[in-house]
Amino acid sequence: MNRYPLWKNLLILAVLALGVVYALPNLYGDNPALQVNPVRAAPIDAALEGRIADALKSAGLKPLALERGPRSILVRFDDTERQLKAKEVVTSALGDDYVVALNLASVTPAWLRAIGAEPMFLGLDLRGGVHFLMEVDVQAAERMLEERFVSDLRSLLRDNKVRYKTVAREEDGGILVTFRDADDRSKAEAIIAEETPDLTSTREDHGADPALRLRVKPEYVKEQRKLALQQNLTTLRNRVNELGVAEPIVQQQGEARIVVQLPGVQDTARAKEILGATATLEFRMVHEDGDPEAAAAGKVPVGAKLYKDRNGKPVLLKRQVMLTGDHIIDAASGIDPTDGRPEVPITLDNKGARIFSRATKDNVGRPMATVFIENKVDTKTVGGKTVKVKRTVEEVINIATIQEQLGKRFRIVGLDNTEEARNLALLLRAGSLAAPIDIVEERTIGPSLGQDNIEMGVRGAAVGFVLVLIFAGVYYGVFGLVADLALLFNLVLLVALMSILQATLTLPGIAGIVLSVAMAVDANVLIFERIREELRSRNTPQASINAGYEKAFATIFDSNITTLIAGMVLFAFGTGPVKGFAVTLSLGILTSMFTTVSGTRAVINLMYGGRRLARLAV
Amino acid sequence: MDFFKTTPKIDFMGVRQIAIGLSLVLLVSSFIAFATRGLNFGIDFTGGTLIEVAYDRVVDLGEVRKQLAAAGFDSAIVQHVGSAKGVIVRIPPRAGMQSAEISNRVLDALKKDTQASVEMRQVEFVGPQVGEELVEDGGLALIFALFGILVYVALRFELRLAVASVIATVHDLLLTTGLVSILGLQFDLTMLAAILTVAGYSINDTIVVFDRIRENFRKLRRESPLEVMNRSINETLSRTLITGPTSLMVLTALYFLGGDVIDDFALTLIIGVVIGTFSSIYIASPIALLLGVSRTDLMPVKKEGSGIAERP
Repeated sequence: MNRYPLWKNLLILAVLALGVVYALPNLYGDNPALQVNPVRAAPIDAALEGRIADALKSAGLKPLALERGPRSILVRFDDTERQLKAKEVVTSALGDDYVVALNLASVTPAWLRAIGAEPMFLGLDLRGGVHFLMEVDVQAAERMLEERFVSDLRSLLRDNKVRYKTVAREEDGGILVTFRDADDRSKAEAIIAEETPDLTSTREDHGADPALRLRVKPEYVKEQRKLALQQNLTTLRNRVNELGVAEPIVQQQGEARIVVQLPGVQDTARAKEILGATATLEFRMVHEDGDPEAAAAGKVPVGAKLYKDRNGKPVLLKRQVMLTGDHIIDAASGIDPTDGRPEVPITLDNKGARIFSRATKDNVGRPMATVFIENKVDTKTVGGKTVKVKRTVEEVINIATIQEQLGKRFRIVGLDNTEEARNLALLLRAGSLAAPIDIVEERTIGPSLGQDNIEMGVRGAAVGFVLVLIFAGVYYGVFGLVADLALLFNLVLLVALMSILQATLTLPGIAGIVLSVAMAVDANVLIFERIREELRSRNTPQASINAGYEKAFATIFDSNITTLIAGMVLFAFGTGPVKGFAVTLSLGILTSMFTTVSGTRAVINLMYGGRRLARLAV
Repeated sequence: MDFFKTTPKIDFMGVRQIAIGLSLVLLVSSFIAFATRGLNFGIDFTGGTLIEVAYDRVVDLGEVRKQLAAAGFDSAIVQHVGSAKGVIVRIPPRAGMQSAEISNRVLDALKKDTQASVEMRQVEFVGPQVGEELVEDGGLALIFALFGILVYVALRFELRLAVASVIATVHDLLLTTGLVSILGLQFDLTMLAAILTVAGYSINDTIVVFDRIRENFRKLRRESPLEVMNRSINETLSRTLITGPTSLMVLTALYFLGGDVIDDFALTLIIGVVIGTFSSIYIASPIALLLGVSRTDLMPVKKEGSGIAERP
């Protein structure tokens, strides 16, 4: 009685040892660091390392270490002040070919890292950073789809010599094509059915004209929606990479949402700007026959569209778009060597190059405008409900005369400063989004709050823990001390488990650890009180120990499982910090079941098992 | 050290009418609190923007309100947080402005005309749609948790006890939330997590008592259900009165030292633990008795031929 077989004792020791090893990385802490990654094919070599070292030396910033990896260089510093200054220095030294990101590099020694031991992942509320939930504007995507069909239809009908009166998108969706007579309509129907199978057509009569109402098939819409989401995901990932954030998270959530988490980001306003804005360019010829002033007063000539330029002056441009921004494959920011002003050189894809070349061929000597289009989202209250309203801001940022037939490469000038050039290049390089996205949820934690949270959370947890340890020792004597050992073991195991699973520790998560400690104590109390009860009923000490553990186990099991149910539900429904709490609570319950039942029993068995006992120090 | 050198013999079931009566009074007070004060919903559920700033000196809330009103935010709720140097600004969902703009403009408004250094500590923005979803998810979470617990207890014990335990838990949740309403604590996602944890804890406590009841029903052949329950509660009293205070010890440390992000959380749990302990002793068993729990419900399923072994 009260003897554990050797294998069981060894197993417990092994688990303890593993726990200690995998919990160790958390003791090592982090260095504030800079991570340098190439933008495209720029080399990571000793020369680069040298440049960085020189830049830092001339700024008087001494790094702790410079580590060169296969695809990046890591520069470690003593404190965040030096890290931040170093970022500016290195960024200006390396220019646009490299991205410099703020990072927290763990100091875990290599042998630990080799077996996969890493410290726990700290949540945003402990590290500081930004969390966005972005939603793809599905309706806008549908609208853009329909507009593409409209222009495709026009050329389709024209190429097949089918006459039509109008082709236009309807306000509430769908495309209406009107004809002069029923004959044309039937011809169109046949062509549409054959060439554009993704459209369904129904006959209608629009006033006196026979018409066709076309709708995009739902499966096709769904397909496109998925593609739009994918493209947005990729674009956001690119933009996030370009922001220079280490360990970002960009993930799909549900059908139309994307979660973006940027730990350690300090300039949140800029992050929001870059991520939330969608921008694209359009190139249009200036409408030379019209009068912009008159147009502003209300008379817009046929085939023209009114815009405003940077200073608010009205500009008339032609309706037809020469080239759209989605043909841009590269955009950089630089300085024009001739006048020292900021510029953005742009490279087009082949298709775009062809279109542009054709369009500019006939327009040499004429002015062309670059229109910058930004999609913004406003929240308005309409009839008592808050709705999101799209707003498109279109601005002419540049009018230049076409000097020659343009092709694959050209430049945009007329920007205010290098910061603007950099931002513009960033937006264009990462590509225009397939459908606009808006931010529906945002949580930003400044770095100081993150630091405070860690300190206070750990302090509260530590004090609570120590109080419990003292109490157990005092109230239950030797058994209490054994229980204390088990509690410590429990904590180590919990930390190890979270490190192995790379679970995220949040501030409520620390509270969860504390709570699971309380539950572990509860289990011990159940066992020890039972042992005491058995002793009171005049059972022998050995029998009491045995009975105590056996009878208490069912209770411990049932009560822990029910709390576990609550924990799992919280995990399933919770987000962010709440999820972190559910994780630590659930894992803590599991580890406590192991340590209090098996762990304490192993020690008690070793101390008291198989001997004749007069009394028990419980 | 042992406070319970002899098993107590307090007649808990005897006072059950008074206990249930007291509970009903408290429940009614809770409902009145909900109806009059309502819950102080945080932006997690209402949507809106929350901005926390830290000044380097004590700041007067009235001044802050004036600054905000001048910038066009006259519906802002301004409170101190942590100390008199920390301020939280809550702005309800705003027509015509994006979150990025709101927080930037608020910060600008606060920085203007003041020599104090203003530092942004945190910003939260929840779109109205997401807010609604979180309400839904929170409600579903609660229902799922209670249902899961009901099923588990019914399987391990029996149905009447399961129903009684869930009623006791719902009672605890209502009372705790009522107190949260009276104290005006902010009801956000973390608070919801605290409430769900209270549910877990309350059930935990109740299970321990029911486990002993089950054991005693099988052991004590002659006592009535009432006596069995009384004995069971007394026998588990030593555990209940140790675990409760140890949990409270730990939670109180968190409350005082954990900082203002989790102090509301800790406070709710403290309230929940106290109420949960009370309900495990005074509420769960009487309700089970009311529902007619008896020995036969808890006997293990008899096998063939075991009748012979049963005979004394």
